[in-house]
Amino acid sequence: MPAPEQHRLIFRHIDEPGYSADLACYLRHGGYEVLRRAVARRPEELVDEVKKSGLRGRGGAGFPCGVKWTLLDRKSGKPIYLVVNADESEPGTFKDRHIIHRDPHQLIEGIMITCFANRVERAFIYIRGEFPEGARILERAIAEARAATFAGPNILGTGYGCEIYVHRGAGAYICGEETGLIESLEGKRPYPRIKPPYFPAVLGLYQCPTIVNNVETICHVKHIADMGGDAFSKIGTPNNTGTRILCVSGHVRRPGYYEFDVGRLTLGQLLNEVCGGPLPGRKFKAVIPGGSSAKVLKFGERYKGRRKVGAELVEYDWGVEDIPMDFDSLAMVGSMGGSGGVIVMDDSVNMVEALGNINAFYAHESCGQCTPCREGSLWMQKVTARMAQGGARPEDGPLLKSIADQIAGRTICAFGEACAWPTQSFVAKFSDEFAAPARAGARPHSDAEPELV
Amino acid sequence: MMNLSPETLRKVDEVIPHYPVKRSAVLPLLHFVQEDQGFISDEAIEWIAARLGIEPINVYELVTFYPMLRRKPIGRRHIRVCRTLSCALMGGYRTCAEFRRQFNAALGEVSPDGEVTVEFVECLASCGTGPVVMIDDELHENVDAAKARALSAQIKAGGQPAGSR
Amino acid sequence: MSPPPAADLVTVNIDGREIAVPRGTNMIEAALRLGIDVPHYCYHPKLTVAGNCRMCLVEMGMPAVDPATKAPVIEPATGRQRINWVPRPAIACSTGAVAGLHIRTTTPLVKDCREGVMEFLLVNHPLDCPICDQAGECKLQEQATGYGRGYSRYVEQKNVKPKRTLLGPRVMLDDERCILCSRCVRFCKEIAKDDVLGFTERGSYSTLACYPGRRLENDYSLNTVDICPVGALTSTDFRFKMRVWFLRQTNSIDTGSSAGANTVVWSREGAVYRITPRQNDEVNDTWMADSGRILYKAIRAPDRLAAVRVGGADSALDFAIREAAGVLAGGGVEVVGSGRSSVEEQFLLRKLRDALGARASLVARIGGGDGLLVSADRNPNVRGALVAGLIAGLPQARLDALGARIDAGQVRAVVSVGEDLAEAGLSAAQLARVAIVYLGTHANATSAAARVAIPTLTVFEKSGTFVNQQFRIQRFAKAVPGPAGATDDLVVLARLTAAVGGPSLGGDLASAWAAMAAEVPVLAGVRYDSVPDTGLLLDGSPWAGLPFAEGPSLHYKPDQSRAPGGAKP
Repeated sequence: MPAPEQHRLIFRHIDEPGYSADLACYLRHGGYEVLRRAVARRPEELVDEVKKSGLRGRGGAGFPCGVKWTLLDRKSGKPIYLVVNADESEPGTFKDRHIIHRDPHQLIEGIMITCFANRVERAFIYIRGEFPEGARILERAIAEARAATFAGPNILGTGYGCEIYVHRGAGAYICGEETGLIESLEGKRPYPRIKPPYFPAVLGLYQCPTIVNNVETICHVKHIADMGGDAFSKIGTPNNTGTRILCVSGHVRRPGYYEFDVGRLTLGQLLNEVCGGPLPGRKFKAVIPGGSSAKVLKFGERYKGRRKVGAELVEYDWGVEDIPMDFDSLAMVGSMGGSGGVIVMDDSVNMVEALGNINAFYAHESCGQCTPCREGSLWMQKVTARMAQGGARPEDGPLLKSIADQIAGRTICAFGEACAWPTQSFVAKFSDEFAAPARAGARPHSDAEPELV
Repeated sequence: MMNLSPETLRKVDEVIPHYPVKRSAVLPLLHFVQEDQGFISDEAIEWIAARLGIEPINVYELVTFYPMLRRKPIGRRHIRVCRTLSCALMGGYRTCAEFRRQFNAALGEVSPDGEVTVEFVECLASCGTGPVVMIDDELHENVDAAKARALSAQIKAGGQPAGSR
Repeated sequence: MSPPPAADLVTVNIDGREIAVPRGTNMIEAALRLGIDVPHYCYHPKLTVAGNCRMCLVEMGMPAVDPATKAPVIEPATGRQRINWVPRPAIACSTGAVAGLHIRTTTPLVKDCREGVMEFLLVNHPLDCPICDQAGECKLQEQATGYGRGYSRYVEQKNVKPKRTLLGPRVMLDDERCILCSRCVRFCKEIAKDDVLGFTERGSYSTLACYPGRRLENDYSLNTVDICPVGALTSTDFRFKMRVWFLRQTNSIDTGSSAGANTVVWSREGAVYRITPRQNDEVNDTWMADSGRILYKAIRAPDRLAAVRVGGADSALDFAIREAAGVLAGGGVEVVGSGRSSVEEQFLLRKLRDALGARASLVARIGGGDGLLVSADRNPNVRGALVAGLIAGLPQARLDALGARIDAGQVRAVVSVGEDLAEAGLSAAQLARVAIVYLGTHANATSAAARVAIPTLTVFEKSGTFVNQQFRIQRFAKAVPGPAGATDDLVVLARLTAAVGGPSLGGDLASAWAAMAAEVPVLAGVRYDSVPDTGLLLDGSPWAGLPFAEGPSLHYKPDQSRAPGGAKP
């Protein structure tokens, strides 16, 4: 079956000739009409639309957005905050960047609808420090929106007011973790909080009820407010609704961003048709489907089981190419949809080195607060670095797995899983490469064997 | 005494009331001061701490945590090459080596001619067009070794290499 | 005091054993009550929960109920309610007791969690045990032995961090040993209210530090050394001096102020090596001031009185007692007692005063209270003197009234117990006009001017009680023997009293207490042995109207009917 066409809902105007980031352009394309309609409704209705839509977070965790909003403590009397997670740092992911730089008003409109629905009066966009131009673009867009009363003290004459402020990070992946982000926003070291008791919905920013949502998720809120939750829920697949932007990088002919209805195309269609297949003379070897934290899939593996299709339980027997690109299917095969960052590796890749590259990332980014991640991530980095330089021992593969097993599930935040899953899956699926040191003697790298660590 | 420009002081005054708790302004202030002075000095740490009513250790903790905040000046141009998996798969290590060779620069240090500091940083969120490089605030995409040589030549000629977008 | 509110008790089940605890009690504390040890590092009962060491991971579960009917789900095999065990382990320190909570600490998962955390903690830990002060009281050693795997799999290079950094005048930091539990950071911020410590760098390179140029020098800095579970923070005074397993521990009281912080005196072969706090949740929690820790240095100070002296010449105790009795005979005697003497000593001094028909004074020491464990009254036991009946009102800092009486020729002799009259305001001329009998530990103007000077014992060399600002009577015990020439204050006072024609008293604690229990109303029915280690609150109402100097501090609020500083509003 041929791959479906892209459904550019969020990315409608990305790469559109003549489209610019300013308010005038956005208004010409019908901008802020949805906000106008939204503020004429009751906030609870908008929350209901989002619940009905089945929208799942697009930042990596895939948590149902409507449920997240419902968990807010609305009885405490404390102000409710919205924090937009624009810290896009999951390796392999490059979608929020384009929304921010090229269609910022879509985000602003989504923010205002989200704030109105949840009675938020102050929102912060936490943007990674490596997007300085993006921060400037957002600040300009906010100023434009305020001048036109789409944001600010009195929105569209309703009396409801909400301010949005841009807050720049300074180079820490852990600031993408919602409670790490909150600590960073409070001006402290971004150490994630223990949950319980510090669930952001109850004790978030300044110990007030807080929603933290990803940029793309917030943009979907705008479209849900536009078409209604029911209509949105019919896009994609059940429990995996709407569209999502898949970011493909690595060893394919046409890497880039592609927006599809969730679950409506398979990994094989994505890589072979949409992205043009492997590079000349090469074969696919491995793919990480949801950002570097997701477990790797090995070409040639089979995944068998039963899954629910409608009301029935149906057998599935998939190769990597057959996996539908939705959260549930990817979870079923032992990986995850995550942030939608698809990283493709072909047969030129030494998997020990690839893991070494990933482990170095996590060792650098570990905040250091809790023991297993702090010590374990650096230990794994040191082992893979040693192996990649020709110092591998037969017991190193099992050692890596054992270290990773001692981290996952034992940490304060999901960074523990994020740094453990790559090691667990690479070692399990490419055990022969980890058992027999491929770089004994550490010969120099070539095009046929890129240097990765 | 801190010699911050009037514009920087204006930005500082403007940003603090954005937050219900003053301490939140520490990262924005660190950015403003670094943009003004080029780096964060001891004096800057103490000035920011006093301005926000917190202890210098509270500021120092952050400056040493975040890689983008630096305690020493850098070269005239800041070259940040991405080292993470997708860019490495496309040759990012070669790109970094090329920049370092062009300026005889050690990683993280100012090059001997004072022109650049080359850093090998983590994912810059443009993985589909790797290898990617930021030169100052501009993003450059698909920077293989050849393009690295071309960009270096532009830098040496004193020009401002235009970003990809 | 109004009765405490009825505790909201809930039943939790730990390793199959049930216990009722107040709702919200964390599982480390609940397990402790059952005698079950849940190993931990970052948790401390007196600090906020950090949850970062991950050593206290346990399995938790809740009783299963049918989601629709809420009826309990029963396990057919056992007939008991099924427990839904959460697959992911939870930290016990932040798991609060709710009705029906089940905890397991002995499962293979928990064992693996502990072995994992221990292994990770040791991966970058330096092999410093042979030179580390913490050996013998190191939680890393204890828990590695108790819960670790027993061997290392680490073959990489360990991280290198600064060693021997002087964090402050009394605290040394060895960064490599630090396990980043953050107890010290939390203590300085939450208890000492001196937010001076922090973590710098990131990840496994994180390092404890002060801001360069600042120091950890508040008067509670050494508590960080106590609570540091490893040897990262050590006392500069104690560093390299003695292995802790050779030291004997004796309960004592900080005599720095009327706060009366409970302490432990650590000694070996007659020498004191260090003083640490002793937990008392009613007085000082687990803390004490740095200023109280160096008091033991007075034991071997060069100005320690070493020999009984009469008229400037060394003498025997018997002779000195007879000479003193002669000096004190014939009226015109005043007694100066001390707020640093024990209750028993103050009681015996009262007996001497009565036998002499004399007037008694004390010397006040008032300073600034720090709101924590150094109160404004720098005498530990003024209230003891009130309770013992030695004085009826609060003392003055200066003995001006006594000086006036000396000038007026009304005073021939003065007995001073531990107080330097010159420091208390008497002039050299006034000192010269009276014959002085001095009982004390260190040389001063009064001991030099005394006709009879009898060396006595410091608080570390004798036993007794003090009454602190809460009117709590607390015991202290003898840790080391006194020097050869010194005599127990009780012995000297008893013999002096007998020698001047007063009653025959035993010069020991038992006889003193027998008399005190009979003659001191608020001590009726109290026996020395029955005073618990955490002290006993006495009825202070007979002195409720006095303008005590102390302001609020840890576990102490002054009487609300008085304005601070003592004046009635």
